[in-house]
Amino acid sequence: MTLALAKVAPPPDDGMAAQETGSPETDGAARVSSARPFIEFEKVTVRFGKGDKQVQALSETSLAIAEGDFVALVGPSGCGKSTLLKLVGDLLKPSTGHVFVGGRELGATPIRIGMAYQNPTLLPWMNIRDNVMLPLKIVPPFRSEFSAKRKTEFRDRVEALLAQVGLAGFGDKFPWQLSGGMMQRANLCRALIHEPDLLLLDEPFGALDQFTREELWQIMQDLWMSKKTTVLLVTHDLREAGFLANRICVMSARPGRILDDSPVAFARPRGIDMTYEAEFVALNQRLRSLIVAARGGTGIVQAGGH
Amino acid sequence: MDGLSDLIRRKSASIALIIGVFVFWEVACLIGGISDIVLPRPTQIIASLIQYWPAIRPHAGQTLFTTLAGFGIGVLIGVAFGVAIGSSRLAYDTAYPLLVGISSIPKVAVVPIFVLWFGAGTVPAILTAAIICIFPIVVNVATGIATVEPELEDVMKTLKASKWDILWNVSLPRAMPYFFASLKVAVTLAFVGSVVAETVASNRGIGNMMMVASSTFNVPLVFAGLFILAGLGVGLYAIFSLAESRVTGWAHRKDLAVT
Repeated sequence: MTLALAKVAPPPDDGMAAQETGSPETDGAARVSSARPFIEFEKVTVRFGKGDKQVQALSETSLAIAEGDFVALVGPSGCGKSTLLKLVGDLLKPSTGHVFVGGRELGATPIRIGMAYQNPTLLPWMNIRDNVMLPLKIVPPFRSEFSAKRKTEFRDRVEALLAQVGLAGFGDKFPWQLSGGMMQRANLCRALIHEPDLLLLDEPFGALDQFTREELWQIMQDLWMSKKTTVLLVTHDLREAGFLANRICVMSARPGRILDDSPVAFARPRGIDMTYEAEFVALNQRLRSLIVAARGGTGIVQAGGH
Repeated sequence: MDGLSDLIRRKSASIALIIGVFVFWEVACLIGGISDIVLPRPTQIIASLIQYWPAIRPHAGQTLFTTLAGFGIGVLIGVAFGVAIGSSRLAYDTAYPLLVGISSIPKVAVVPIFVLWFGAGTVPAILTAAIICIFPIVVNVATGIATVEPELEDVMKTLKASKWDILWNVSLPRAMPYFFASLKVAVTLAFVGSVVAETVASNRGIGNMMMVASSTFNVPLVFAGLFILAGLGVGLYAIFSLAESRVTGWAHRKDLAVT
């Protein structure tokens, strides 16, 4: 089934761009696949609680993600998507199995990680520039240079990144002076300012209206195409997953496991119009039916039991 | 413009109320023929304030000193405990019952113990002021630190931020509005502590002066002492309010929007 999707032809209106951006991407993928995967889950399970109250959040999962890839995790609520993300971010230890990032077991990894949640969690006492700069104050090697460069080089970096997401000139504003979409852009900047090797996104656009969301998808795509950071995106929105990701993993209802793993071969840069074309809609419908089936399996039984 | 005139209107209303209360007091005493042994008129109180000012001033200085010293000690201890309790679940669970127990003791009741240990005078007043203002500070600082959004903590942890990094950059600034709110409460409570201790066991301070004055039926001087205490309390409250709006203006953006 994965092969069938890989063959999906690029949409006609983006045909030219597809050939230009398509080939270096496949080269990159080929180069990385020969080495060890960037992120590797080896028979990982996660259980919460003890004794009778124990809940299995993640059943045995193995997954490999290549460096520079953009992977979306979709699935019914409470299926362990965020658990998977927290494992990669070293916020949670697996109950059994191993998670390797950058070829080393978690905890021993020197890689830099950026993270953004649906809640922008910008610090209200700092302006946007200082908020975005916060990781530079904490993450080495920037940390040691922070006091020397905060008013020069780092400031310019923050301004450049803000300009890239359309927030040029907003550095002096405070979070409460910004709209939800703008705060989320600043949140993305904060997750990217320290040039992370890995970006973890947990429904970052979930609380935004549709038009703002689509705008941010495009900004996210531009950011990814310019930085080639490995991205792991958790989302409920199948259009979002299809628009942004190179690869979509569908998870089952709790205890989560990966039901389906499909590449998304649409050429980049992708436009919003693409999401209304036949191939895209077909992909969406296939993913949707998988998730509906996954929900139905346990969801209905649980509903009857209560 | 609108905001400014609105501000003036609100301020003038509260000033008018304060003046009105004093005028009513004065007139009611005059009409009712109330003796100054029972309730002196405001003008009599102010007259005795002026008359006894050289005698009152050192007492007022003493009370201000013991209050501020006790308050300072209370703030240091309160912040230290608040940070410890707020940043560790274990410390919170362990220490909270004890803190509630200590806080439910009427602090006035410990004055005799302090007198027993340190003798009558300045030290019991300072310690009573300190112990009475610790608890609100501990609770507020701990609350501010413990309620950092878990998402923000995750973001900081993925940056490999140390506990100290998180405390310094996120938790402490976040606790500042809670801290300043508690300071305003604590500084007025510190006055209660020091005056009570002075009343019970000291030969200096406004509390002691009021005790002596009431024993000689110099009721206008007793009330003059009250006025001094009210003035000191309002003054300190105003100072901490001002500091609060300077330091934590971000948490009061509605007020900022008005000006």
